[in-house]
Amino acid sequence: MRGPAPGASRLLTVLAAVTAVVALAPLGYLGVRVAEAGPSQVLEALIRERTWQTAGTSLALALAVIACCLALGLPMSWILARTAVPLVGVWLVLASLPLAIPSYVAAYAWLAQFPGMHGFWAATLVLTMVSMPYVVLPVTAALGSMDPAPEEVARTLGRGPIRAFVQASLPQAWPAAAAGSLLVGLYVLSDFGAVALLRVDAFSRVIYASYRASFDRTGAAVLALVLVALAAVFVLIERRVRGRSHRYRVASGAARPPAPLPLSPVARAGAIAYVCAIASVAIGFPVASLMLRMAEGVRRSLDHAELLSAVLSSAGVSLMGAVIAIVLALPVAILSARHRTRSSAVIETASFAGHALPGVVVGLSLVFLTLGLLPIAYQTLMTLAFAYAVLFLPKSIGSSRAAIAAVPPVIEQVAQSLGRTPVIAWLSTTARIAWSGIAAGGLLVLLTSMKELPATLMLRPTGLDTLATELWSRTEVAAYGAAAPYALALIALAAVPAWLLAVAMQRGHRDADGIPA
Amino acid sequence: MTRFIRPGAAAAAAMSSVLIVGLASACSPSGPDASSATSPEQEVVVYSGRSEELVGPLFAQFTEQTGIPLQVRYGESAELAAQLIEEGDRTPAQVYFSQDAGALGAVSAAGLLAPLPDEVAQAVPAAYRATDGTWTGVTGRARVIAYDADQVAAEDVPTSVFELVDPKWRGQVAIAPTNASFQSFVTAMRLTEGEQRTQEWLAGLVANDVQTFEKNGLILDAVDTGQVALGLINHYYWFEKAKEVGPQAMRAKLAFTASGDPGSLVNVAGVGLTTAAGRSPAAEGFVSWLLSPEGQQWFADNTSEYPLLPGVPAPEGTKPLAELRGPDVTLAQLADLPATLEMLARVGLL
Repeated sequence: MRGPAPGASRLLTVLAAVTAVVALAPLGYLGVRVAEAGPSQVLEALIRERTWQTAGTSLALALAVIACCLALGLPMSWILARTAVPLVGVWLVLASLPLAIPSYVAAYAWLAQFPGMHGFWAATLVLTMVSMPYVVLPVTAALGSMDPAPEEVARTLGRGPIRAFVQASLPQAWPAAAAGSLLVGLYVLSDFGAVALLRVDAFSRVIYASYRASFDRTGAAVLALVLVALAAVFVLIERRVRGRSHRYRVASGAARPPAPLPLSPVARAGAIAYVCAIASVAIGFPVASLMLRMAEGVRRSLDHAELLSAVLSSAGVSLMGAVIAIVLALPVAILSARHRTRSSAVIETASFAGHALPGVVVGLSLVFLTLGLLPIAYQTLMTLAFAYAVLFLPKSIGSSRAAIAAVPPVIEQVAQSLGRTPVIAWLSTTARIAWSGIAAGGLLVLLTSMKELPATLMLRPTGLDTLATELWSRTEVAAYGAAAPYALALIALAAVPAWLLAVAMQRGHRDADGIPA
Repeated sequence: MTRFIRPGAAAAAAMSSVLIVGLASACSPSGPDASSATSPEQEVVVYSGRSEELVGPLFAQFTEQTGIPLQVRYGESAELAAQLIEEGDRTPAQVYFSQDAGALGAVSAAGLLAPLPDEVAQAVPAAYRATDGTWTGVTGRARVIAYDADQVAAEDVPTSVFELVDPKWRGQVAIAPTNASFQSFVTAMRLTEGEQRTQEWLAGLVANDVQTFEKNGLILDAVDTGQVALGLINHYYWFEKAKEVGPQAMRAKLAFTASGDPGSLVNVAGVGLTTAAGRSPAAEGFVSWLLSPEGQQWFADNTSEYPLLPGVPAPEGTKPLAELRGPDVTLAQLADLPATLEMLARVGLL
């Protein structure tokens, strides 16, 4: 099938290339710093035994967390998308809330109740709980909107419901699972908070130690490039998984979403118990633990005006970041959904590359670039929002791309053949159908921006406090009681985008159905 | 289908405008418009590596007394140092207030700190300030041994760090090898005890299954919950936690090592003026206010750190600074960090 007119495609390529350049900015900065180092310094950092030991630990941790997210998340997605379990909307909100919990807060909440907890498996548990939404959300969306016909064919050929699902539908959900796993993997590689608190000797700690102990920006940059290389491996694997699979249709005509599987009372109780257990561990436990700590704290009382102002700052600047991320993501998403060419692959991979970098590296790179290119924008809200967009761009690209790819291009082509300009044709067809998926990507950016700390500390306007910075300011001095209201406010605020996300996903199901609710 | 999209889009649009307006109003009182580099009157921009929860009230007191507004950027000391070095002479910061001397030394070595006015530069004893007068300590924090009073009797707590390699403490000692204050302590030990003895001691700790943590505060939590019996920390962490949970609720207690032991090094939090600031009377006034008897007393009362200005009494519940007598080194000598990092890496602690 031919794509839209070549003219539109060229504009698209240019816009996508702009996004790629923006996304590559942190890498460019690392390049500048590494170039300052002599080859011997680079070699020295690379051949140290500790570099490879810790890189191995980080890689193993990322794989373990991905495996746990899939093992626990796929059944959850299946229950939410395919069974007649009640209150799906509530479970979806609860399933997305952990995205708003900073990993160091989650780790702290666990340590507060189990002080002896530490090491690889402790970190696997905590990181699985905070990053599982990256798998659950896209897989639930994919299972809920895919054509059930192949599975029904499998049933008529004598397969039981579970085997039919595993053989016919699950393969179609792999791209979504792979995209989610990629985000989980990159998150784990870049995480510092949880591994530091739970005493895992991960690679990001080596990078931080390099800044903290010796203020060695060059050495840290060399190490950060190793992390980028690890991330690139994850990106390439994900592309292969996605490239091999397709969403099959067995017949022409309108697709319809799968009918929910009716559950026996026992199965229903089991399903509810399962989602309930996951939600309790992922979100109920940290919230309860923080509230216990809040009750223990005896220090100064809560300043409501300060809390409110932090809530508004967090919401406002994260929203700006989400909007910028959507704008930057769309050209790349359209390009890679509609034109799978070598250059689209390069641009897309580039836009993911910086995602595994710890926030401190991205923060410093934006300090460097803003002062070099646009000093007047230094430490303004715009730069901070822009930083969020760069940091979390892949979340928006992944979600938008999946939504756009699911829209048959022929609709847009018909609109163009009827005389609409390419942009109008896109807006009045593909955009209207893919809207909820594009918005969902923005909401993911919004949710994760709220908890971002290292880049926020460097780039925020001097004097501006967000929930994340207020939380950090208190936990820094062991004022956990005073910190708890900020952590709870962060989760409460995150419930708004989480709820919108759940609504967008459920609307996605209904749209595919064509049946208004 | 449009029927279902519109309400959502409208809600989102409405919400965003509310939020942005709200944000604007939330920000306007402090008016942090960083784009206006030319600050009105005599406002001072401070990069503070010390938390707002800790020093915010002190800064507010300064503004109240002098009428000089402060614009404070809070962050981690080391990250702020990296940021200052990245910004170079384009930094908006006039004052850098750091949690430890090492970060000040790094910024000073990058040529970004201006000499302090004489009366400020020489206010505290020479051991606690830069030799070139570009930064000065403001408060002292002593290295101590935190112990779990439920497991260890006060008289059994080691009086020298060298006892920590004794097999009876196997798996029971906690350190924070990536932390600046621990590294300063090792540097001091290298200078006073020699390279070989220090490395043997570190290797002994590793062989004795020493437990490593990221920060002092986490070590204190581990001692306080009985996860480990002993931990090497800075003294004021105990006072911070006691303020949070109440002193009677603390299982952990503090012990000072014997005079002259490397374990009783006194580190500082300190301050410097950036070269980019030019000679700003307001910024200089802020630094000298931190070193005034009044500012020093505030630290003793509120953060339980040692005032460095002679004549201001030590905080309640601590051993006086004069009796503490740490190893015979000045903080300026502790700049030899690379060799310490190399040693820590050699024994497998970094």
